[in-house]
Amino acid sequence: MSTFIDRRLNPKGKSLGNRQRFIRRAREQIKKVVDEAVKDRSVTDVDRGETVTIPTKGIGEPRFHESAKGGHRERILPGNREFAPGDKIKKPEGGGQGEGGKEASDQGEGEDAFSFVLSRDEFLDIFFDDLELPDLVKTTLKEVVAYKPRRAGYSVSGTPTNINVLRTMRNSFGRRLALKRPKSEEVIAVEQQIFDLEKKADLDSEEIGWLRELHKTVDELNRKRRAVPYIDPLDIRYNRFERQPLPNTKAVMFCLMDVSGSMGEREKDLAKRFFVLLHLFLQRRYDHIDVVFIRHTHTAQEVDEETFFHSRETGGTVVSTALTEMLKVIEARYPTREWNIYAAQASDGDNFSGDSQRCFDLLNGRIMKLCQYYAYVEILDEREAGIFQNAGSGTALWREYAKVAAAWDNFQIKRIARPGDIYPVFRELFAKQPSESRVALQRRR
Amino acid sequence: MAKGSGFLFEGSEWSFETMSRTYEAIEAVALSDLGLEVYPNQIEIISSEQMLDAYASIGMPLLYQHWSFGKHFAREEQLYRKGYMGLAYELVINSNPCISYCMEENTMAMQALVMAHAAFGHNHFFKNNYLFRQWTDAEAILDYLSFAKGYLAKCEERHGIDAVEQILDAAHAIMDQGVFRYRRRPKTSLKEQMARESERQAYEQSIFNDLWRTLPRGPEDAEPGVGEQELAARKKKLNLPEESLLYFIEKNSPVLEPWEREILRIVRNVAQYFYPQKQTKVMNEGCATFVHHYIVDALYEKGQMTEGAMLEILHSHSGVVAQPGFDDRRFGGINPYALGFAMMEDIKRICEAPTDEDRTWFPNFAGCQDWRGVLKDAWANYRDESFVRQYLSPHLMRKFRMFALSDDAADDHYTVAAIHNERGYEKVREILADSYDIGVLEPRIEIADVDLRGDRRLCLEHTMRDGIPLAEEARDEVLKHVGRLWGYGVSLTGRDAETSEVRYETAVPEAERAA
Repeated sequence: MSTFIDRRLNPKGKSLGNRQRFIRRAREQIKKVVDEAVKDRSVTDVDRGETVTIPTKGIGEPRFHESAKGGHRERILPGNREFAPGDKIKKPEGGGQGEGGKEASDQGEGEDAFSFVLSRDEFLDIFFDDLELPDLVKTTLKEVVAYKPRRAGYSVSGTPTNINVLRTMRNSFGRRLALKRPKSEEVIAVEQQIFDLEKKADLDSEEIGWLRELHKTVDELNRKRRAVPYIDPLDIRYNRFERQPLPNTKAVMFCLMDVSGSMGEREKDLAKRFFVLLHLFLQRRYDHIDVVFIRHTHTAQEVDEETFFHSRETGGTVVSTALTEMLKVIEARYPTREWNIYAAQASDGDNFSGDSQRCFDLLNGRIMKLCQYYAYVEILDEREAGIFQNAGSGTALWREYAKVAAAWDNFQIKRIARPGDIYPVFRELFAKQPSESRVALQRRR
Repeated sequence: MAKGSGFLFEGSEWSFETMSRTYEAIEAVALSDLGLEVYPNQIEIISSEQMLDAYASIGMPLLYQHWSFGKHFAREEQLYRKGYMGLAYELVINSNPCISYCMEENTMAMQALVMAHAAFGHNHFFKNNYLFRQWTDAEAILDYLSFAKGYLAKCEERHGIDAVEQILDAAHAIMDQGVFRYRRRPKTSLKEQMARESERQAYEQSIFNDLWRTLPRGPEDAEPGVGEQELAARKKKLNLPEESLLYFIEKNSPVLEPWEREILRIVRNVAQYFYPQKQTKVMNEGCATFVHHYIVDALYEKGQMTEGAMLEILHSHSGVVAQPGFDDRRFGGINPYALGFAMMEDIKRICEAPTDEDRTWFPNFAGCQDWRGVLKDAWANYRDESFVRQYLSPHLMRKFRMFALSDDAADDHYTVAAIHNERGYEKVREILADSYDIGVLEPRIEIADVDLRGDRRLCLEHTMRDGIPLAEEARDEVLKHVGRLWGYGVSLTGRDAETSEVRYETAVPEAERAA
């Protein structure tokens, strides 16, 4: 007797627990590889898995096994062609016994590197160092949507400018027909008859009766015309408009960074994570994203990503130059009608004295009107992070930016010292929006 | 349609209907012609991903969770996706009923091959071979594994993943030294062990009294005045030397918690379960290959198999039993499928049409005609080492063109010790048989002594065969693991197998044990 069982529909991923344990175990090494990999990737390209190769040290499974060298051993090999007993065969140079080494590796040892594929989610998870990213699918970006009015039928209320004459007149005509409102021609015709009769000097009794009759008719007609107006408020129809959200699928992301000497490798690395995270979020929402890199010292310029992260500049620090440059780029290439503008700025908080006030004016006066969202991070070292607990105190730049944050909801500032601090910067950007999520979903399709 | 033409199936698509029809035809040949005795079969269709899953947990369907299985899965998935490695067509589990996994990607011809191979070949071997009968418990293995999985999950919940991982890592490191090789296995079946464990827990709970915790503890080694004689008696009581490291540590480690001992017991039972498989690779695969070859041939003879299917099966079969020569790029040692299948075919030939040479070498069965009986006897009563020693014929040694290579570390050359000729047959056969001995496959390491009086050092002894040392890096890592389980220092002494002379000594000091 036999039994056939179809197991194909059983839940998959039975070894998921094992995999998680493995990644947990090799976390240190994997993290190193991931960090290296991210260095080589562009901000817009972090969002994928990676084949990682990690050293086997630490994930080895040691067992007692015999060494490939030493002692006396005998083995049987198949496929003899020319050997006779007593033949001597020279050992290969370097003491490597090919077969011995192979056997050892079969037992799980003897290989220096172990490579496997990390999925996209695992990669991001490790990259952001257990940031516990929110479930990105379920949340949508909170944004100021542009609306465009669109005709959507007729309504009985509205402003006089929106009156639809055709529809109103048609209603009026129908009503007049139904209620038998006398036409003006009828009245005129009867009045003509009266006029003709009254012109005669001598009227016989029959004609007098006829005239009286006609007068009665005219009165009746006029009464009816008064009772049934030509245009009744009931007839009036207005054009109805609906506010339809614009399918704004394009976004531009400005990355602003201070590249003066005080920004070291660590600071740039943190800044990169910050930019990557914003890019990831935007990617969920927009079909097309442009990234503009603006670096500044005492002057600012738009550069490509490679230069942005890797080349060094010397000079002072004037933050407002970057903001000015950003405005210039927006005006030249990114009209707000078509583009959602996001900005992310990273700096260590230094600024040329007196320039911070100018930054405030620029942001408050011009930039924040254009931006969907503006996030600023001040990168501290761990020691400073302890000192600057209070959001109120800080550098001149920080104080000015805090003022902007108070004035604008979509302006966020945060001090970060570790990758784990980055996500909260964007928390405001994400909120569950049950009413709009459906619309957003449809638009994505 | 297929019935009308007499074929069991046509084309490469399979369905449950054709599978079941083919199964019945195979069963008829297997039981009435070959006379196999098998456990009831349960054939499960799985996808390639599920096959990878099964690979990762050493072929067992419900093993406990450990990072090393995740590692193997990751590696195998990588190899498979890149096309470096094909997956096995089937996987079979020594249980009652005998579970065979067949891949859904297989063609119908392959499914027929796989059913004959696994559901009858392996199945018969599992049920009849003395090693499996003695060491494994087909009735209870699945229940036991599910118990083990649940138990470890509970431990992880209670004591944390790290604590469990540490014990498992250490236990896995001495898994190969965790089996009883020569002793009979304890009488209790796995089922009874499960029952015992829950009894133990229940008892502990019933006698639990929190007050005991408040009593001051005596000094660790409270036994007063241990004299020499008592010590010797104690050593005898500990049953030293002990070949199963896992068993000894489980019973005697001074530092392990009860749940940690239970984990060691679980790992030991899993190791013991796989112990026969290691020793019967050639026979097991040979038996299954011989059986599928015979059955498929018989079906073809009866006109139940199309030529196309037969060609596909033969193609796959010859791939499985190919033996590349030692200088071939594909050479990876002697192929157990090739050797096992060839030896069994050879036994059949010797029974049916022996040469004079065969008559002198195998007087007891040459020409006896009852090859079924001879093979069944071999399948039941031999393991690889004894099977090769008994049945490898000169004919086959010539066919494989076997030669023995002798390698002395002191020399700068290898020496051809013997070849497939009149003077070499005995020697070649002996060396080949030795190479399948479990003592050669795995180094022999025993617990020789425990210095109970002093620092409680656990003394291991490695019996060095032919002066071959252990790979040092792995050895030291494993010793650290043993130290973790034992809680005190561990030393390892290598002694020459013949002269008992000490060749090396190494030790790890008492490990700092996290509270």
